[in-house]
Amino acid sequence: MRFMMLMLPAGYEKAAPGAMPDAGAVSAMMKYNESLQKAGVLLALDGLHPPSMGARVSFSGGRPKVTDGPFTEAKEVLGGYWMIQVKSKEEAVEWASRCPASDNEVIEVRQVQEFSDFPADVKAAAAGFPDLQSGQQKGS
Amino acid sequence: MTATDTHRAIEAVWRIESARLIAGLARIVRDVGRAEELAQDALVAALEQWPESGVPDNPGAWLMATAKHRAIDLWRRNKLVERKHEELGRELEARQEMAVPDLDAALDDDVGDDLLRLVFTACHPVLSTEARVALTLRLLGGLTTEEIARAFLVSEPTIAQRIVRAKRTLARERVPFEVPRGAERAARLSSVVEVIYLVFNEGYSATAGDDWMRPALCEDALRLGRILAELVPEEPEVHGLVALMEIQASRSKARVGPSGEPILLFDQNRALWDHLLIRRGLTALDRAVALGGARGAYALQAAIAACHARAQTPEATDWTRIVGLYADLAEIAPSPVVDLNRAVAHAMAFGPQAGLDLVDALASGPSLRGYHLLPSVRGDLLRKLGRTDEARREFERAASLTRNARERELLLERAAACLIKLDARGERPSSRGKLEGAEGSRDP
Repeated sequence: MRFMMLMLPAGYEKAAPGAMPDAGAVSAMMKYNESLQKAGVLLALDGLHPPSMGARVSFSGGRPKVTDGPFTEAKEVLGGYWMIQVKSKEEAVEWASRCPASDNEVIEVRQVQEFSDFPADVKAAAAGFPDLQSGQQKGS
Repeated sequence: MTATDTHRAIEAVWRIESARLIAGLARIVRDVGRAEELAQDALVAALEQWPESGVPDNPGAWLMATAKHRAIDLWRRNKLVERKHEELGRELEARQEMAVPDLDAALDDDVGDDLLRLVFTACHPVLSTEARVALTLRLLGGLTTEEIARAFLVSEPTIAQRIVRAKRTLARERVPFEVPRGAERAARLSSVVEVIYLVFNEGYSATAGDDWMRPALCEDALRLGRILAELVPEEPEVHGLVALMEIQASRSKARVGPSGEPILLFDQNRALWDHLLIRRGLTALDRAVALGGARGAYALQAAIAACHARAQTPEATDWTRIVGLYADLAEIAPSPVVDLNRAVAHAMAFGPQAGLDLVDALASGPSLRGYHLLPSVRGDLLRKLGRTDEARREFERAASLTRNARERELLLERAAACLIKLDARGERPSSRGKLEGAEGSRDP
């Protein structure tokens, strides 16, 4: 099963555009990333620029409304993620626990949905979706 | 945390730590079997103590320290016995105290080399292939005997005995705990790669039983392959293996239908292919090629799989390139199964009659007798040529030859579809399935 480990650094909602972690923190994090890689569990990872460089699109009233960052009122913002392949939630949690994160950081561990997780009606409703995405005829 | 939660947490720690634990211990005690027993003792201690004390902050270090203490106890006890036997004096005893190995220093060394030693030892040629598979899954994959037994549809005592015997053989043959050097290294690495691909393939197209795929086994093999690629990043063959497994695994979700039935390459909904895995596979293939391994058996198969992965539709597949890649593969790893796959690609590139000519040449030889994919491919080509009745007989023959229940159902359905077509005179059958290019081969 796949899990996303979502890094939620408190304060990142206020970080200035172009803000970067310091070299020491990056080096510790690289070591951790390598340990995930060496264990054969890491599928993908990315770090995100601060929200002050991004935007939010909200849909209140059924219409998209764009708000440019920063989102100082936000309780939590995403700083980056890892996607890992493990055998259990416990294993994902164990990996998250080993992250050299600092006091202000929280890692949320979330399982990636698989098609087989869906109940029959959702499966039926979602069946055509990948076809739309790739512009193909439905496979037999 | 409840006791069950703690047990699950211990399982997770074991999965992460066991291989490194066993590898580190094996370097000290110079016996893989003994190392595994020590690691198991530490696991038992964790199962006893952690539900009370909670999971320690650094569970890996805890397990290692516990196993290490056991190792020292054992070592002292053995020395004691030896001493009694040899009636050693006080002087010698003092010397022995000094000789207690510096385990802390030994364990602090980089564990990567130990893991690699463990990989090579578990796949040592003194062991039978099935023993290598079981031992690799057990020592490096962290699988329990029960999990291995379930994966290979063999009874638990059989696997347990296989592992005990393998460990005994390693001890009896005095197999050194080391990474082979020079000319031996290449051959031994190929053996490791073969074991991992064998595990993957058993998960990808189960040779027997009711399930067409056992995805957990594919994931275990992929993980082992990725670990190996990190241990020997300079080896193109390993990147070729990883590339092949990543790309094949990318189709896992598309190649099984809602009730577990196999869906062949042509009928797969390509939107369900996992593009993350395809991307990883293509990257690994690039790495193999960059290291000069483009013509390795696994890299060639990965390149064939990559042709499929890049094609948005079956029609868009570069079949001419696939024919060429199969020709290269047949040169370095000649096998009738490769020839059969090449014939399929040939038919796609140059028409069913051209493919059938090649298949018929193969069918006249003895090597593929009893191989169910031969009549299956023949049936498919005959059907495309409108020779429906002959096609039906071939599908039925193929069904009688396969040991996989799901595959048998599929083949019988295709035989039945030929009957419908005969009745309807010219109506297109519902399935246009065909052999999956490289996927049909288990014996590259």
